[in-house]
Amino acid sequence: MRTKWVSIMCVSLFVVLFLTVSVFAQQPKTIKIGAVYPLTGNIASTGLDCRRGAELAVDIINGKYNLNLPLAKTEGIPNLGGAKIELVFADTKGEPKNGMSETERLITQEKVVAIIGAYQSSVTKTASQTTERLKIPYVCSDSSSPTLTERGFKYFFRVSPHDAIFAKDQFQFLKDVEKKTGKKINSVALLYENTEFGANVGKYAAQYAKEFGYKVVADVSYAANATDVTSEVGTLIKAKPDILMHASYITDAILFTKTFKELNFTPMGITTFAGYIEPGYLPAVRSDGNYIVIRSTFALDLAKKKPLIGQVGELFKKKYGVEMSENAARSFAAPFVLADAMNRAKSTKSEDIVKALLTTDIPGNQMIYPWKGIKFDPKSHQNIYATGTLVQIQNEKYVTVWPFDAAPAEVVWPFPPWKGRK
Amino acid sequence: MPEQLMQQIVNGLLIGFMYALIAIGLTLIWGVMNIVNFAHGDFLMVGMFTSFWLYTLYGIDPLFSIPICTLLLFVMGLLIYRFIVSKVMSGPMLAQLVVTFGLSIFISNLAVYFWTPDFRLIAKPLLSGTWDIGGVLLSIPKTVASIGSIVTSLFVFLFLKKTKTGKAILATEMDREAALLMGINTERINSLSFGIGAALVGIAGGFLSTYYYIYPQVGGLFGLIAFSIVALGGFGSIEGAFIAGILVGLVQTLGGFFFDPAYKYAIVFMIYLITVWIRPQGLLGW
Repeated sequence: MRTKWVSIMCVSLFVVLFLTVSVFAQQPKTIKIGAVYPLTGNIASTGLDCRRGAELAVDIINGKYNLNLPLAKTEGIPNLGGAKIELVFADTKGEPKNGMSETERLITQEKVVAIIGAYQSSVTKTASQTTERLKIPYVCSDSSSPTLTERGFKYFFRVSPHDAIFAKDQFQFLKDVEKKTGKKINSVALLYENTEFGANVGKYAAQYAKEFGYKVVADVSYAANATDVTSEVGTLIKAKPDILMHASYITDAILFTKTFKELNFTPMGITTFAGYIEPGYLPAVRSDGNYIVIRSTFALDLAKKKPLIGQVGELFKKKYGVEMSENAARSFAAPFVLADAMNRAKSTKSEDIVKALLTTDIPGNQMIYPWKGIKFDPKSHQNIYATGTLVQIQNEKYVTVWPFDAAPAEVVWPFPPWKGRK
Repeated sequence: MPEQLMQQIVNGLLIGFMYALIAIGLTLIWGVMNIVNFAHGDFLMVGMFTSFWLYTLYGIDPLFSIPICTLLLFVMGLLIYRFIVSKVMSGPMLAQLVVTFGLSIFISNLAVYFWTPDFRLIAKPLLSGTWDIGGVLLSIPKTVASIGSIVTSLFVFLFLKKTKTGKAILATEMDREAALLMGINTERINSLSFGIGAALVGIAGGFLSTYYYIYPQVGGLFGLIAFSIVALGGFGSIEGAFIAGILVGLVQTLGGFFFDPAYKYAIVFMIYLITVWIRPQGLLGW
């Protein structure tokens, strides 16, 4: 009899213990988010920058900070018992095929609940096909090819502006600068690297050129890993455009800058996408980068108008010893958007996160970008408030020059000739 | 238009000479040992970084550090041959392929580990700027590099044709067994060729660093182009590699200029395919 009681006691104790353990197990202490970036390969320096941005965001979510950012003032995700986020990084080497396989590995082996990153649009494209197939949410804040949000994917969301928005901005800038300086612009030459990102910029730029009434006098695409671009620049010189619009990654941005100078290619203005704003660009070309205009979603000098930018910039510098760049700033957004959604959903299940993402409404003052906020289009899942700004390199620094009314610095126009520059 | 055309021809020649110099090192290794050195581009990268660090740390201009680059790469080539490549020489062909391929990944990742993936440029090399000759712009560092390439190629050519060691290398290249029977120490010839091949990209790296950006993966595309140049010129043929290098440079720039820059590498590889279709041994191979 006694032994029976003892065994019953033991069994019930075991059951109670088991139940408590499983209750705890249901409240995860850490939530894994997969982050795919090009950490080695051609654009590894960019990948490192993106990684830092995402890491800083997770630090702020997991810790206690007196900042006006979502979940900054609390530790972890409050509605999930203060669960902390853990980023699990995967290296794409800048290749779409790795984007696909690494994303799959993160989901099936690392059991991540969501994916961020990829940076290169071509890689994001394959990575997001995997998440769509495996039904895992993907919040992208660093890829800019418009097609990514044109596919009607259920699990893919984009925070930052895409290149169609940026391209339109660039032409609006040209119109504005014509009005401001009285210097007439007639023709535009388009130059772009020939993968997903560049080819799409080319497509939209051509479309907006027509809409804004500019003549496209050259349409040049090239391989981003070229060893020599003299024939490309030769074609541009032959076309004699007023404006050069260039979509590039970093290696080609450096090579083109050097070749422009070498062959003395001086249009009225050079406006660009991506490569020219990467942190490796200016240290490589130094003063030769001056006066180039680049599309951007972030610039430290906007801190004058928005102190939050300064505060986050300060934290970044303290942690990594370098200034926060556009890439780091962009990748900074995705973890917040995901954490905010999980907090509201009170769940880490895919369907719940997606449902919460669809009702995301983060006001502009809670982000480090010059946008009105973050709210996703119910169909395309593109952030409807995302817009761009333009920065210009002046004295080897990026300063915001457009929109004119919001910009702290004046644009230098036209592009000063190479000869006679210091 | 004629000015534009002249400009493109000049540009094509300037890049072509550089390609030639890189390819000559590769063809020497390939021709003599029948080893496909996939790490050739990475040797180039090491040469460029050596030049960069000598400039950054000790202020030695790339122009003067070229002998140091050359010597360093020569020693590196000897050691790599002695301790790695020679071990698989008697093994299956596949092992030889994999060993240099692995070496390539190892070297470039080691460079990422030590020097970060950042892009570097030599800030103010002695050689910079352009000459304006009747409206045709001539990059000074590229021109000097081209002259360096011509001189080096000529030197290698004479070394192979006139010296005893050079003749031994050529003999080994033609028929290893016969060379062995004639008393040539083919093992020594192998390591010497590997060293010279590496030293040549040391020279190329030094010149290239005066005008090209430097980062751990920079060898990739140069390496690939060097492969096609070697095949186009004929395996093991120094003259072939030299001519094919210039040809590729010209085709690339002019093709890009007249057709579409997007296809310039496609045109290069198409010409290569046509050549090997007609002459599988390459232009000057046997």
